[in-house]
Amino acid sequence: MAKLRFRRLDQHSPAFWGVIGLQVFLLALGLGAALYMEEHGHAVTGMSNQIVWGLPHVFAVFLIVAASGALNVASISSVFGRPAYKPYARLSGILAVALLAGGLAVLVLDLGRPERIFVAMTTYNFKSIFAWNIYLYSGFMLIVGAYLFAMMDRRASQSAMLGKTMGWIAFAWRLILTTGTGSIFGFLAAREAYDSAIMAPLFIAASFLYGLAFTVLVLATTGRELGHELMPKEIAEKFRGLLSIFALSLLYFTIVHHLTKLYASGHQGVEVFLLRDGGVYPLVFWLGQIACGTLLPLGLLALARDSVTVRRLLPLVSVLFLLGGLAQLYVIIIGGQAYPLKLFPGMEVSSSFFDGTVASYRPSLPELLLGLGGISLAALLTTLALRLMPFLPELQTARE
Amino acid sequence: MSAGPQTAQPLADRRALLRGAGGFLATLLAPGVTLYAFGAQGSPSEGPASSKVRWALLIDIGKCPPGCDLCVTACREENGWRDTGRPDIDAQWIRKVKLRDAQSGEHREVPVMCQHCDKPACVDVCPTGASFKRADGIVLVDKHICIGCRFCMMACPYKARSFVHEPLTDQKPWAPRGKGTVEGCTLCVHRLDSARLPACVETCADKGGGAMMFGDLNDPNSDIAKAIAKYPPSQIRSDLGLEPAVRYRNL
Repeated sequence: MAKLRFRRLDQHSPAFWGVIGLQVFLLALGLGAALYMEEHGHAVTGMSNQIVWGLPHVFAVFLIVAASGALNVASISSVFGRPAYKPYARLSGILAVALLAGGLAVLVLDLGRPERIFVAMTTYNFKSIFAWNIYLYSGFMLIVGAYLFAMMDRRASQSAMLGKTMGWIAFAWRLILTTGTGSIFGFLAAREAYDSAIMAPLFIAASFLYGLAFTVLVLATTGRELGHELMPKEIAEKFRGLLSIFALSLLYFTIVHHLTKLYASGHQGVEVFLLRDGGVYPLVFWLGQIACGTLLPLGLLALARDSVTVRRLLPLVSVLFLLGGLAQLYVIIIGGQAYPLKLFPGMEVSSSFFDGTVASYRPSLPELLLGLGGISLAALLTTLALRLMPFLPELQTARE
Repeated sequence: MSAGPQTAQPLADRRALLRGAGGFLATLLAPGVTLYAFGAQGSPSEGPASSKVRWALLIDIGKCPPGCDLCVTACREENGWRDTGRPDIDAQWIRKVKLRDAQSGEHREVPVMCQHCDKPACVDVCPTGASFKRADGIVLVDKHICIGCRFCMMACPYKARSFVHEPLTDQKPWAPRGKGTVEGCTLCVHRLDSARLPACVETCADKGGGAMMFGDLNDPNSDIAKAIAKYPPSQIRSDLGLEPAVRYRNL
């Protein structure tokens, strides 16, 4: 096999600069939104004492879940010994770090007291799954950093053993990290929509899908920018297979999750709410997550006749999977809170504190801008990294 | 005489009357003496809160008339939370929940506040330890290290906590609150530490139906411990195993 060569992203078309400019603008808006929320309090958002986690959490969890999944390609290369994926391993690592940074930025800036982030980093309650996650996130950054070093340093990269070991550590860590993210919800015994061990594998399946979708988008964008196809036909076919398997796995866990709740009489209320009677939530679930975010892209991938068509469709399919992911997290996070807590099972309840009432939530502009700012931060960090260091492969089959 | 708890039930018999009068007199005389009425443990003059005490409330719904919100008003006045015209974001440390049995049509109203669980979910999930349980069982929020993540609100099955969504003014010095942090019923810890009853209990006894009994569960001679031993009361969501300190009769 020919020696792998990597390059920096050193060509920028006016259109690309335009995209970077847009990301900088969105990031500035996101930071402005965070300052606005910090100054006026969360009263200026759609969040309330009923919906305590709003749109920023949807974006933050989305990016954090995608981050661990973005490491897929590197893992497949080093852990599962598939050399075809090796050219993408570096990109996979840096994308994972950038997505995690974007997600964490949104999460932190949505805190009631974001300036106390150092308190969160120095004062721990070791029984809290949230505190575990702080370790998991920082550990992920360090481990992926070391993994990238093992891949990119001239001397370290000579050692196949080191690369493989770091690959395994990173792979194990990312599985634990996503288990931790899913368990933030899975451990919530008080809320009917969550309280399930399946949240962890469901989030892992979601991470595989979102992470690969982001990887495809970066490869498509940078490939176009370099005038250098980064997804040869055989890789496009592999990505088609992987995206389909990941989407079907996520669909499987989603179905099992809902069926389990539906089967138990005590939980049927929340399921009927999320799947049929809950207004916007069933709409987002069926139309956003299932139809546009799962079945349509799966259908497109299945029906594409040849590899060239697959490659042309991959960016569109990835965007659809990612929008489906946002829809899924919206239903899980917001819909799960909108359904009222059951303090007195079997009784009709009401109060001035909205007991027994479906909570209303209208996302506000600052929340949306903060969430989009997180995506922009991830995009800018990735672009900057690609500009500064050789993360992108130079493929021999480059000009097809 | 027992060094047990103070109760806020109507002082129906002479013994209770004498005890109540004694408590009142003691309040006038000196805090050190008043502490005696609460039990010897958990007083500031004797060091930090003691795990020998387990403060608890027994609320008799049969004595809690529909429409009465004296406990809510008392809590508001005592702790300084109020309506701002935005009910979705207004804090509520205690609320009356109206229950209706769909089959029998029977109505009841239940005061619900932080249940001061023995195994509080809010304390488990708090990443910084800002949600904590005092040795005497009172669950509080340390406003200095609360980062406003709201995970405790997600975890609490009683909807007992509120997030401060707006800048605040005119706070009570004994009940500090803070924009961007989470808060809830403190069981009027500032009053307890100076040997006074929680504001809701006191007001309910003085002006309401006397539905709230407050005391030390760990003291077998306390009225609340005796009452609970005689007829085991209900807990909200007892299935979750959080062992709340707030118990209900006739729920």
